[in-house]
Amino acid sequence: MSFWQSFARNRGGVVGLAVLVLVVLLAVTAPFLFPFDPWDTRGAPLQAPGGAFALGSDMLGRDVLAGVFHGARVSLFIGVLSTVIAVAIGVVVGALAGYFGGLVDELAMRFTEFFQTIPSFVLAVLLVAILTPGLASVVIAISVVTWPPVARLARSEFLALRHREFVEAAVLSGVSHVRIIFGEILPNALTPLVIMGSLMVATAILTESALSFLGLGDPNRISWGYMIGAARAVFRQAWWLSVFPGLAIFVTVLAINLVGEGLNDALNPHLRRRTGP
Amino acid sequence: MRLLLFLLGWGVKAAVVLLAIVVLNFCLVRLAPGDVATVLAGESGAADPDFLARTRADFGLDRPLPAQLLTYVGNVLSLDLGVSYRTRRPVAEMVLERMPATLLLTGAAFVFALLVGPALGVLASIRARRPADTLITVAALVFYAMPIFWVGLLFILFFSVTLGWLPPFGMRSMFPPSGDLARVLDIARHLVLPALTLGLFYVAIYARLTRGAMLETASLDFVKTARAKGLPEWRVVTAHILRNAMLPIITFAGLQAGHLVGGAIVAETVFAWPGIGRLAFDALLQRDYNLLLAVFLASAVAVVLFNFATDLLLRLADPRIGAMSR
Repeated sequence: MSFWQSFARNRGGVVGLAVLVLVVLLAVTAPFLFPFDPWDTRGAPLQAPGGAFALGSDMLGRDVLAGVFHGARVSLFIGVLSTVIAVAIGVVVGALAGYFGGLVDELAMRFTEFFQTIPSFVLAVLLVAILTPGLASVVIAISVVTWPPVARLARSEFLALRHREFVEAAVLSGVSHVRIIFGEILPNALTPLVIMGSLMVATAILTESALSFLGLGDPNRISWGYMIGAARAVFRQAWWLSVFPGLAIFVTVLAINLVGEGLNDALNPHLRRRTGP
Repeated sequence: MRLLLFLLGWGVKAAVVLLAIVVLNFCLVRLAPGDVATVLAGESGAADPDFLARTRADFGLDRPLPAQLLTYVGNVLSLDLGVSYRTRRPVAEMVLERMPATLLLTGAAFVFALLVGPALGVLASIRARRPADTLITVAALVFYAMPIFWVGLLFILFFSVTLGWLPPFGMRSMFPPSGDLARVLDIARHLVLPALTLGLFYVAIYARLTRGAMLETASLDFVKTARAKGLPEWRVVTAHILRNAMLPIITFAGLQAGHLVGGAIVAETVFAWPGIGRLAFDALLQRDYNLLLAVFLASAVAVVLFNFATDLLLRLADPRIGAMSR
């Protein structure tokens, strides 16, 4: 059975993928459908949805729909980039631990454990505050707090593959450690890492939204979390300011989770969900 | 004896974690733009280099880094975390007076999640692939995907603004009722929405985990044996399947404690709950790094406490863990 056929058997996964494609479309079309700065005043403030603006306007007369479109860019960008970095860190730490074992393993795992124990969101808040809010600091903060589970998974994969014959053969033929780790073992350990990564994008988007809700987003780029945070003062009078961006976050995160589970079912039917949130 | 060893091991582990966090804190302070001297200079409007040098000397900032680190660790050990840049009060004091509110909120959310989540998971697993299971699975997926702050806002809109059932913010009424019981009830009423908001995310996680673990355990041989012995179904489910399925859940709950305390920042901000999360948010607005770092340390202490609680739970749930030397 092809990959697509087995993926298509999971109805949730297919629906999630369709929704995710839609969100990507929002992000891609934002500059064309709303070719203006989403921070600009476009009309009267606090207009209810369905009037001049499909999703209403905020207290400064900004178009909520434009914000939702442009916000998709920030969410997806940060979600994907910070996950890629977190997976890279996790793979390096986990690979070192699993490949070399012994003292290296002990040290790497203590290090990982420490990062798993500390209150990750508080650390993320601290990092962004200290590095001054911006796209880069948010990405750094999210990757710094999300890599530990990847390291654990990578370690267990490397431990399992370390003494397989093809690896021993490579060691005996004098291939360098780096090439064995990245050229021989990693490709064989990729599947569970990809699945975990896909679910991590969802968590990263949730974290980004919480950070920008607290006012720690990039001050030059509109994001869903920021929109909700900024509208907090008036949210009793203008529910649409928090409901629509929140729906956008919810739907995106849900779609990514569904796709991740679909991938999990399609790629390794024997494994139950071993990825934590 | 065994318990003593356990406690000792725990003390050492907690001390190492907290020490590492203190060192991390120290490094983060170095990363922050400006130092105490520039902050003070900015406030007094006297930014001549002489003043800066003198203030740095006063605070020991001109000494080599390792020496500064030692002083810093020493200060933290004597609970001296410095003064808030804003209020000039010792930050340790500010954090300590907010700590009970946070422990109450996170504790309530934790207990709520640990009671309801696994219960729903068990229900879903014994009704696998039937409507109740579908309902629980979908609900878990939904709450797992909703940002905490958004759930909080929706709850306020629905339960406070529309229905008027529960207070939308704060921990006590403006004019608290007299009498101890009435005052406790007043706080409890204020606690419901924030604790639900924070807890539901974890209810979703634990329900999913429990369902998976239950179904996995149910297919094992000893469960078949229990059924073959003629044990009533509820005994099989509670004493055999759940007892074993609980272990990964408690372990996971311990791992998640840090996450829970982090979520408190968001929940406290939404509900104006007077805990350390709310304090962190205020510190954030004022770029009061000293205060932020103290909150970080305090939340780490809270996490260590939660880890301790779950480890204790785990030993109760699985006697084998106590028997093995850890």
